[in-house]
Amino acid sequence: MSKYISNVKKQFKFKHIATWASVLLVLIVLIILNGAGALNRSTIGLLSRIAYSIILATSLNLVVGFLGELSLGHAGFMCLGAYIGTFVASLLRNVIDSDLLVLILSMLTGGLVAAIFGFIIGLPALRLKGDYLAIVTLAFGEIVRNIFKNLEVFGGAMGYPSKTYKAKDLFIIAFVVVVIVLILIQNLIRSKHGRAITAIRDNEIAARAMGINVTFYKLFVFVIAAFFAGIAGVIYGHYTTPVLYTTFSYNYSIEILVMVVLGGMGSINGSIIAATLITVVNFLLQSKLSGDLAALRLLVYALILIAVIIFNNAPAFKPIKERLSLSRIKAKKVEKKKDIINDDAAEWNRIETKINVDAIFTPDLPHRDEVDQDGTEDSEKEGE
Amino acid sequence: MSTFIDGLSLGAIYALIALGYTMVYGIAKMLNFAHGDIIMVGAYTILTTLELTGNPYLAIAFSIVICTISGVVIEKLAYKPLRGASPLAVLITAIGVSFFLQSIAQLIYGSKSRPITLPDFGKMSIGSQEINVNTVITLVVGGIIMAGLTLFVKKTNTGRAMQAVSEDKGAALLMGVNVNRIIMITFAIGSALAAFASLFYLMQIPSITPTLGSMPGIKAFTAAVIGGIGSIPGAMLGGVLLGLIEKICLSIPAIGPYTTAIEFSLLIIILLVKPIGILGKKIREKV
Repeated sequence: MSKYISNVKKQFKFKHIATWASVLLVLIVLIILNGAGALNRSTIGLLSRIAYSIILATSLNLVVGFLGELSLGHAGFMCLGAYIGTFVASLLRNVIDSDLLVLILSMLTGGLVAAIFGFIIGLPALRLKGDYLAIVTLAFGEIVRNIFKNLEVFGGAMGYPSKTYKAKDLFIIAFVVVVIVLILIQNLIRSKHGRAITAIRDNEIAARAMGINVTFYKLFVFVIAAFFAGIAGVIYGHYTTPVLYTTFSYNYSIEILVMVVLGGMGSINGSIIAATLITVVNFLLQSKLSGDLAALRLLVYALILIAVIIFNNAPAFKPIKERLSLSRIKAKKVEKKKDIINDDAAEWNRIETKINVDAIFTPDLPHRDEVDQDGTEDSEKEGE
Repeated sequence: MSTFIDGLSLGAIYALIALGYTMVYGIAKMLNFAHGDIIMVGAYTILTTLELTGNPYLAIAFSIVICTISGVVIEKLAYKPLRGASPLAVLITAIGVSFFLQSIAQLIYGSKSRPITLPDFGKMSIGSQEINVNTVITLVVGGIIMAGLTLFVKKTNTGRAMQAVSEDKGAALLMGVNVNRIIMITFAIGSALAAFASLFYLMQIPSITPTLGSMPGIKAFTAAVIGGIGSIPGAMLGGVLLGLIEKICLSIPAIGPYTTAIEFSLLIIILLVKPIGILGKKIREKV
């Protein structure tokens, strides 16, 4: 057991650093390239989009992959962040001179407002599960859009004319935020709380029986995910103008879900890769596929969604999946290494003890056959 | 008064869609997200047949056939392989199917809205009020269909088998019920109802787009939840209630723009106060 735990620890520590360190490395390379003037305008714009997509996908993965509940309102939280964040930024600009400070403050406010609504939406989540929760979050997304559409303060149907941040600097800040978010999420998952969350996903009743406060953790995950989605929304708001309610439709929530499913539910690294991939593909196809052909992109998303889920979950595909899976190859490797591993259990077996363990742990009981016979006789009598 | 009648007829449409949701939920224990898009399939079938032949009755018959077939095919290809998988997986697949249907429709027909004209029977007057005949047709036919469905589920063998499957799948299987066949029939009936719903919905709107099914779909699910999901009378009640609320809200200028928000807030409140809905049965979770 302890061997298992120490193995897990080693692996996870490695992954843990690798995830955000690699993003950090990419960021440093990008900053150098940017300094050298090697990045053109559209690439910089794409980088900002990748940044907020990564935040959205990883935070949704917290809810879908780790808590095991489906949220279809992620775009709604993003919408809140985008509107509130840019609105606050426009107010703060009158008071504070520093652009950077305004950006950070607006991110925090946007995130906090989204988190408050995450709390409100998380409340029904405590009583609801699965399909119902999915519908409530979907309803929430629609409510948010409907309200922002009708509020004149936020520009109404025309959208809120947010002031965009200098794109050259925005992507650097956005990626710094990505790194911070990744560190936070990775630490959360590997902590005691993260394990409690995955325990709830695997079996809620068993988790409750183990003394895990299910109510608290469900709310907690919803609030955290909403907070990050809000921040992503603020970055979006500073990148695009105007902030328009139509962007944050149910389709956008699904697009984030596609990123999570494609990357693998419960895999942060997968979410990062899938978010980057899908954003880049979107960006490249945007100019190529115009008009009705744009639906081709959605068609591919739909097929990816169905194919990945059916392949991963259908009982019929299990044997094929096992044959292809990486874990089998890994298992073979571990088998070879078995002797080298410093194994507590193995140590224990090797030490010769003079105590007869079997004698201690076997209390004086009548012979097994006798017990069985008695037992069957008794039950037969009861049956009669 | 006319608001009330309009609300009732919209409610009948929602009720028809909600019936599809609630029956599938009751029997297959899954939320068929693509149900709303079956309405869209029905609408485009009507449009195409009208353009080709000009015969509205043929169009209606055709749309029922196509909707039923597509419902069954979707069940066979997308949901059946996942029987026994986690609910989350099935739900995501259903969303995928919904997306798939929308994008296929967009590729074939384009995202622009297409005008559609169904035969208009003009207006009739009841007392001093003038009412569209189409509204009355929606109400009457919708009522007949719902009554017929209730009879079907209560009186026929297949209907009883459906009840048994929704009660306990395993026990029904042991009693010799062909569960797979029953699930298929449920999808077929639900989709056929969606075809009727699409016909009535087209009587109310002037043009159609590939996404026309998603909003009434979600609202009908709201109706199903309000009435108590898995319960057939619940779906009817919820549908009519939601239709009335929508039309009444729309008729008041001050809150008109916020109608969608009000309807969905109602859903959240109902789920908070009484998660099983008005007529729903309580399900106890077992270990």
